[in-house]
Amino acid sequence: MASPLSFPEEVLEHIFSYLTLPSDLNSASLVCKSWYSADRYSRRSAFVGNCYSLSPPSLVSRFPNLRSVEIKGKPHFADFNLVPEGWGGYFYPWARTMSVAYPWLREIRLKRMVVSDEALELIGRSFANFRVLVLAFCEGFSTDGLAAIAANCRNLRELDLRESEVEDSSGHWISRFPDSFTSLESLNISCIAAEVNFPALERLVSRCPNLRSLRLNRAVSIEHLPSLLRRAPQLVDFGTGTCSAEVHPEVYSNLVGAFAGCRGLRSLSGFWDVIPAYLPALYSICFGLTTLNLSYSTIPSPDLANLINQCPNLQRLWVLDYIEDSGLEAVASTCKDLQELRVFPSDPFIHEANVQLTEQGLVHVSLGCPKLHSVLYFCRQFSNAALMTIAQNCPNFTRFRLCIIEPHTPDYLTHEPLDMGFGAIVQHCRDLRRLSLAGLLTDRVFEYIGTYAKKLEMLSVAFAGDTDAALHHILSGCDSLRKLEIRDSPFGDIALLANASKLETMRSLWMSSCSVSFGACKFLGQRMPRLNVEVIDESNDPCSRPDNCLVEKLYIYRSLAGPRFDMPEFVWTANEDNSAMRSSLALSY
Amino acid sequence: MSSTLCSGGRGGGDKYVIGFEETDVRLGLGSTGRSGCGTNGKRGFPESVDLKLNLSSSPEDGHVGKCSEDVKEKSCRGGCDPVKPPAKAQVVGWPPVRSYRKNIMAVPPNKSEESEKACAAFVKVSVDGAPYLRKVDLKLYKSYRDLSDALAKMFSSFTIGNCGSDGMKDFMNESKLIDLLNGSEYVPTYKDKDGDWMLVGDVPWEMFVDSCKRLMIMKGSEAIGLAPRAVEKCKNRS
Repeated sequence: MASPLSFPEEVLEHIFSYLTLPSDLNSASLVCKSWYSADRYSRRSAFVGNCYSLSPPSLVSRFPNLRSVEIKGKPHFADFNLVPEGWGGYFYPWARTMSVAYPWLREIRLKRMVVSDEALELIGRSFANFRVLVLAFCEGFSTDGLAAIAANCRNLRELDLRESEVEDSSGHWISRFPDSFTSLESLNISCIAAEVNFPALERLVSRCPNLRSLRLNRAVSIEHLPSLLRRAPQLVDFGTGTCSAEVHPEVYSNLVGAFAGCRGLRSLSGFWDVIPAYLPALYSICFGLTTLNLSYSTIPSPDLANLINQCPNLQRLWVLDYIEDSGLEAVASTCKDLQELRVFPSDPFIHEANVQLTEQGLVHVSLGCPKLHSVLYFCRQFSNAALMTIAQNCPNFTRFRLCIIEPHTPDYLTHEPLDMGFGAIVQHCRDLRRLSLAGLLTDRVFEYIGTYAKKLEMLSVAFAGDTDAALHHILSGCDSLRKLEIRDSPFGDIALLANASKLETMRSLWMSSCSVSFGACKFLGQRMPRLNVEVIDESNDPCSRPDNCLVEKLYIYRSLAGPRFDMPEFVWTANEDNSAMRSSLALSY
Repeated sequence: MSSTLCSGGRGGGDKYVIGFEETDVRLGLGSTGRSGCGTNGKRGFPESVDLKLNLSSSPEDGHVGKCSEDVKEKSCRGGCDPVKPPAKAQVVGWPPVRSYRKNIMAVPPNKSEESEKACAAFVKVSVDGAPYLRKVDLKLYKSYRDLSDALAKMFSSFTIGNCGSDGMKDFMNESKLIDLLNGSEYVPTYKDKDGDWMLVGDVPWEMFVDSCKRLMIMKGSEAIGLAPRAVEKCKNRS
């Protein structure tokens, strides 16, 4: 009689199909060989947080039956031009391998990767049942690649180009969706600079009854919106184009009617250059709104406040700092369900504040919105007192990202560092997973972080700290740390080498303009074969300089694949041969 | 503003040692307007090597001493730089706002509605012989000279070849373009809205900012082929 634990594999696989969390499946796969095997064949989705942590062939050999893949490429600081062009993050090797191994692949989600038109054409040719393509912050492709997707992916449901850089070949790629194509559910083309063929877009919207999310690009002007909205009253998420045309009564009333017809709208975005006079056209659907992204709208605070007062059910709000403290007071009193707030800087490069947005705005929101747990806030002044108040008001923070525009800015009231304030944040917010520090900070804040931030997974540090002790506190104290990115801070060899083994428990470490020497990088790379230690140096071969020379940029990540083969000239890595080498073999894409 | 962008200390000691100028050298950033800190202009590669090797010993006198005084008081670096700094930041990637967001931000409500849509105009810049590209915001500069200065500093760590003692600073000087074309000097070219490659300096600055999509600094000998087309295009325009 078979033991109750020795089920046939098919039964095990069926049971595992009910486990959705990768962490649960990972645990199950470690129990015994038969469970490992069952998980291996039944795993349907994979998340590769760093495209260089394993090779494409090793992914397909471990999980031969994936239907959905998510891959991330460049480090986060690439968003701010700190990673030179040509660094890497190419998707093509993955596309090539998966095109052969996964004929039934349905979903590809990429972030910060270089995606070529050839890769997109390969996707169109290879996956008969392809449904979802999300390219977030990607680059390297043009509208020709999109045309290939449109023409070939007969079952496409989602095409989301979230803030990617798209070279314009022509606006007619939209016309490549065949007339028989009706399965589209979500289309985000907000990042495309050039005009798309509007009649083709209209026809596409008309024939896709399941379309629930449509985000237009800036080139679509406001008088075109009503016809689109009338064709898709079932929309849940809508992003407008530019709304700067002078307000004509006819266009305006058309707009009012069209929006009123979309009773299911829950999310709005776009609104480039919107003239405040248009905003009342939205009032009919404001009550149902849960997400509002006005971060490209230069609406002054009173008009913003008027709009927000119509939105009591808002859960997520993204705005420019034109909202000012007064507008945030309106948010605090109206949006009691608010969970996420992002305030972006309208003019990040001037020294003086151009708007009345201070720490008070965030303090108000923290007081008025008990469900607030995710914040990104750019401003020009802060105080320890405000941080402590915010921490006490919102102990449930999961993400707290503060940016004070001027580096090294102390508490504007006491001129002290902001150590105590951030200390209060990590002490009160025990569920904090992501933290970005700001202002003048000494080693002490890092001691607090290492002591209290036990669930912290990602930490961003800029222009902070005094000595290696700070880095040591982070690496030795933050048990859950996965990603650490540091710039312009005086951290060096000692803390790094003392915590070398910690680095294997993390996804990656980025350090730029710090005090790490080339010798330490070599040492680390030689001693830790499962870490890729990459030095990015713009000026010259660091091997030609003494070991105690500091490296400009350092990117360390754990990897099963060993040093990568697609490093450009300006990236060096240490291997086991006791000498630093770089590989200039380049694969063509 | 630049005076407050000190990058913090260096080395494992427990005192701030070197200020922004250190980062400045390594990143090849400009040092305009910081005469109070005693910095010099062009940064060649040998200079950056020297400064790095001097890390463990006492730092250069003058500007660094001033910076570390301020730093010990843990206050804003207002006293470090008596010269009014330029209005816009020169630190790479700071503040941490994505280029996409910078490029498409419209003019704030208190400015005239007729002015340009974008507050920033990022274009990629590549230099022959340099291993990587940079992005620059053309709106940060007021003239070809400003841009030329900034690019010279950005790419100054490469050996340019026989460009003369001023390095790349003069390469955008309109009157020198013909001379440059004849030699092996570097020539700035750009790709305009129509996709054509043009010589920099032909059109007024504002027109250039509006139409430039990409910058490439080529070796003079390779750029010669461009000149006839550029001249032709100018003739057709005027």
